[in-house]
Amino acid sequence: MSEYLLEARELTKEFPAAGKKTVHAVSGVSLQIRKGETLGLVGESGCGKSTLGRLLIRTLQPTSGEVLFRGQSVTRMKDSEFKPLRKEMQLVFQDPYASLDPRMTVRDLVAEPIETWKLYGSREEVTERVRELLRAVGVPEEFLHRYPHQFSGGQRQRIGIARAIAANPSFIVCDEPVSALDVSVQNQILNLLKELKETRDLTYLFISHDLSVVRYLADRVCVMFLGKICEIGPTEEVYEHPRHPYTRFLLDAVPVPDPAARGKQIHLLKGEAPSPADPPSGCRFRTRCPYATERCAEEEPALQEEDGVRAACHCAGKW
Amino acid sequence: MLRTKQKRTEQAADLRLQSQIGEEERFGDLMRRMARENKTAVISFFVIILMVLAAALAPLLTPYEENGMDLLHRLSAPSTEHLLGTDEGGRDVLTRLLFGARVSLLIGVVPALLSLILGAVLGAIAGYRGGIADAVIMRIADVMLAFPSMLLAMVIMYALGGGILNVFLTLTLVNWANVARVVRAQTLKLRSSEFVEAAQIIGVSRNRIMRRHILPNCLPTLLVLFTLNIPASILTESSLSFLGLGIQPPNASWGLMINTGRQYLYNTPWLCFAPGAAIMLTMLAFNFLGNGLLDVLDPRMQKQ
Repeated sequence: MSEYLLEARELTKEFPAAGKKTVHAVSGVSLQIRKGETLGLVGESGCGKSTLGRLLIRTLQPTSGEVLFRGQSVTRMKDSEFKPLRKEMQLVFQDPYASLDPRMTVRDLVAEPIETWKLYGSREEVTERVRELLRAVGVPEEFLHRYPHQFSGGQRQRIGIARAIAANPSFIVCDEPVSALDVSVQNQILNLLKELKETRDLTYLFISHDLSVVRYLADRVCVMFLGKICEIGPTEEVYEHPRHPYTRFLLDAVPVPDPAARGKQIHLLKGEAPSPADPPSGCRFRTRCPYATERCAEEEPALQEEDGVRAACHCAGKW
Repeated sequence: MLRTKQKRTEQAADLRLQSQIGEEERFGDLMRRMARENKTAVISFFVIILMVLAAALAPLLTPYEENGMDLLHRLSAPSTEHLLGTDEGGRDVLTRLLFGARVSLLIGVVPALLSLILGAVLGAIAGYRGGIADAVIMRIADVMLAFPSMLLAMVIMYALGGGILNVFLTLTLVNWANVARVVRAQTLKLRSSEFVEAAQIIGVSRNRIMRRHILPNCLPTLLVLFTLNIPASILTESSLSFLGLGIQPPNASWGLMINTGRQYLYNTPWLCFAPGAAIMLTMLAFNFLGNGLLDVLDPRMQKQ
């Protein structure tokens, strides 16, 4: 038994694109997730966050590399071998509108995993279990026979969460679960996720582009840029002392609500991120990095550990 | 005017309340809701019921025999004795219309239903499975569609011979390919939708995803196709009967009646008019009913 619940080794995913090009969505990502922790995954749009999340739960097969779940290589398993593990890894979607079948009632939606895995025998028992789950996520039980369109975004997301936990998974990928919601509702959903994690012994990969949300929820945070990990480490340490310049820029880009606190100079990134179909040589961040040297163009920086934080930068912490 | 408007809003509020309680709907509730939202559909529903009843009870409704020839009263105009007149064999047109309804309604509904089932299943398999299944099914469909449908129907009917069962078979074979194409396109769209991905992540089997997610979400399209296929089938059958390949005289079908009446169109137009009106009425009724069901069966429409 490995000490990690989930481990990714040199995961790479390339998608074919128009004109014989390939999009390097995820390139050689290695990370470990301990049982019971929440790993935050941040990065800007298109950096491969969602792809990585889907690789980890095997809804996408990697081009190379492998995923280990409880020490077993999930990637090399046959479909039949993997089947019992399917219900252990679930996903909470970003869009609570598109991810619920509009023609199914709440009861049927939440019952689907239970029925698929035959966790309970009779129809009544299944319905009773659905009621329990709805209570757990805070959706009134009377709404059992309603359809998704009759709910608000927040309630739909609760239903999506109820469905994700229905078959008692151990690992859940939350793919930007609150970014489609009102700010006031975001908080409720985050607290719900936190509470469920405690009561149901869950492990999360929490994907988000909202740094404050990740800080609130995550034990450790992983920063991605263009398919690669820039920096990974304990949340507070990374937020307080970023080693990678990209992390610094991300943190500086967070708007400060208090005008009085705005005094210090902030650095904002200029220009667009390079295309993942044509990544720059060496360090992928170098074209936008003000500290880039010649070495950055020639040699790709490896992740180097310092005080429990691993960062991929030739001059980590020295800029 | 104002009162009816007020009543409408009350009803609408009532409706909203009902859907908020969200109890499972029974057929009666469904009809009641349709009655509120779409009166034409309910009227059409009763027209269809009436036609089915009239066809079923035909022998009780008329004193004449289906093939009761009376050569002394050929081509007589509508009168109290013969409400819609008589045809070239002196047979009562109303009687033949009633008996013809049996054949024509069956020919409308049965092949439409069969081709719908066949087309939906094959289309969903082609769209969802992809690969070889898709290629094989769709190439067969392409071959079917490459022929003019009338020609295809004639060839099949000629090979099989007349009779109502062969008409069912022929019309099913002619119509399924269209249904399959439409369902395949719909399936391709649904296959990449997030709720199907969600079902895959849950671990739902492919067959079950097809049954529980893909086909139910094709239902509105299927319903429209169904209501369009019924009149199309009735018309194709009438053409086949005209060519002597469909229903064999002296049995009556509406299409056959039009085609025999055509020869006497200038002098006795009612021979064509009566079955023509019957076909039109059936077609409109099924179309309106289809539209009404479409609104009512879509859970997203319940809110409005």
